[in-house]
Amino acid sequence: MAHVSIRDVRKAFGTVSIIKGVDVDIQDGEFVILVGPSGCGKSTLLRMIAGLEDISSGDIRIGPRIVNDVPPKDRDIAMVFQSYALYPHMTVAENMAFSLKLKGVPKPEQKKRVTEAASSLGLTPLLDRYPRQLSGGQRQRVAMGRAIVRDPQVFLFDEPLSNLDAKLRVQMRAEIKELHQRLKTTTIYVTHDQIEAMTMADKIVVMHDGIVEQVGAPLELYDRPANRFVAGFIGSPAMNFIEGRLGPDGLGLPSGAVLPLDMKSQAEAGSEITYGIRPEHLQIAPAGTPGSIPATISVIEPTGSDTTLIVKAEGGNLTVVLRERCALKPGEAVALKPVPRQAHLFDAQGKRIATA
Amino acid sequence: MTEWLSPEEWTAIRLSLKVALVAMAASLIPGIAAAYALERGRFWGRQALDVFVHLPLVLPPVVVGYALLISFGRRGPIGAFLAENFGIVFSFHWTGAALACAIMGFPLLVRAIRLSLETVDRKLEDAAGTLGAHPVWVFCVVTLPLILPGIIAGMVLSFAKAMGEFGATITFVSNIPGETQTIPTAIYTYTQVPGGEGGALRLTLVSVAISIAALWISEWMARRVRRRFLA
Ligand SMILES: Nc1ncnc2c1ncn2[C@@H]1O[C@H](COP(=O)(O)OP(=O)(O)OP(=O)(O)O)[C@@H](O)[C@H]1O
Ligand SMILES: [Mg+2]
Repeated sequence: MAHVSIRDVRKAFGTVSIIKGVDVDIQDGEFVILVGPSGCGKSTLLRMIAGLEDISSGDIRIGPRIVNDVPPKDRDIAMVFQSYALYPHMTVAENMAFSLKLKGVPKPEQKKRVTEAASSLGLTPLLDRYPRQLSGGQRQRVAMGRAIVRDPQVFLFDEPLSNLDAKLRVQMRAEIKELHQRLKTTTIYVTHDQIEAMTMADKIVVMHDGIVEQVGAPLELYDRPANRFVAGFIGSPAMNFIEGRLGPDGLGLPSGAVLPLDMKSQAEAGSEITYGIRPEHLQIAPAGTPGSIPATISVIEPTGSDTTLIVKAEGGNLTVVLRERCALKPGEAVALKPVPRQAHLFDAQGKRIATA
Repeated sequence: MTEWLSPEEWTAIRLSLKVALVAMAASLIPGIAAAYALERGRFWGRQALDVFVHLPLVLPPVVVGYALLISFGRRGPIGAFLAENFGIVFSFHWTGAALACAIMGFPLLVRAIRLSLETVDRKLEDAAGTLGAHPVWVFCVVTLPLILPGIIAGMVLSFAKAMGEFGATITFVSNIPGETQTIPTAIYTYTQVPGGEGGALRLTLVSVAISIAALWISEWMARRVRRRFLA
């Protein structure tokens, strides 16, 4: 187990800058998730931690040691890839014993450790099979087993669940979490799935375009997003945004309507701001209710447990999630009433400016 | 069987097999190294190496043979050096035929290996690195088994090319019965003399049989490898 620290790390492929100065500290035993949209540089950063990609500048430390120039084999890590990267010419047992064989661990000891890991992952009956004879979920487990057997300082996962179906993904999510609680190995896990990030992480690092937008515990990011990007990225369905101008009585909308604000903000009156509200923080009220947003129901999507409404309001579509079933019909005029003290305000640069 | 073929014909067949097998075996390791360097390497002069390796594929064989003659011949700079210092002689010797065949078959060997290297998932090699493997070990334990079918295919191409090589061989080492006369040059000789049709036909049949056998063996090996190693 080890502490990992990333200091002002940058990466350019040729002249194209991909990682533009990242600072992250990962405590010993922590489960950290790197999340962000496709192409933001998550895999690149992970591969730099693994030593598979050179660092253009900055420092990466694993434990007390700067590993910038240490080859992957000496970093004492184990990486699990999205494509699993199992050796097609080796059986499950041979795949799992790979790192032990390299270390020159005696055969009986190898067998013991592989058997242990296999039984904890439910792979015992599959040890003599080849990867091609396994299902996607089983391959995924073998890849994890191979990493566990190495007993590294740090686990690196690059979207390990992306190739699995939804149900298996939920199950493996819980298994990986459980595994981490048992082994307590420092883990860095990349995903673009914010639900995975919210449910598994001790700490989430939200990346965007080669920089870190925010680092924090899952609910911290949800409750207090540092900027508009994080606000829109974390949470599903995504937060609603309404553009307007800060007036003395609240948010002035382009039509002249005013939405009262129940929070203090440091922004100057008259400045352009963005009002953000999560779909579950909007309530349906009769049309014309004062202090609300006039809207027209456009689509109703019942999911069983709750109902998602897409409504047309000034400035575009908004999403509303209702816990209860509703008797509304498309085309109906309603008013959207924000739940008190749940809105977020962002300035023209997208930075959070208000504290509810 | 022995009566069916004349002693001269037997000699040509034996020599052809020896030349082709030696050419194939000798070019195997340089072939793998060249394929790896061209596919994975990022070094100065890679383009030039690529062109150089492929030259025998596009040059007239006679030109390659002549180039060998002036460089590896007894008076050629490399030939003279090797003969004086190591006693290795190529000119008008069966080893020269093997050298010519190896060079003519080299681009085919390299191409086949390179194609299969291209299909190797780099993540497999990356994973081995993160599991603690030295790059040399990664190559031997991961990459090499995965490209084995390509290597086998390349070896067959190289062998087949050597069995049929004519222009470079005859230019470099001539057509000396018992020393440098291979099946193709022997067939050529038979067609030039009256009453040689029988010999030419018999050697042609033998040549066809050897080619089919080589293909069949390689198919069988490739299938075994694939069954053992790959999906
Ligand atoms: N070897 C490379 N050469 C040039 N550009 C590269 C290379 N590898 C990655 N990139 C670029 O770097 C950027 C980040 O890639 P990266 O794979 O890190 O994204 P990601 O965040 O993992 O995305 P995804 O969620 O789709 O996996 C991309 O724009 C990609 O095109
Ligand atoms: Mg990626």
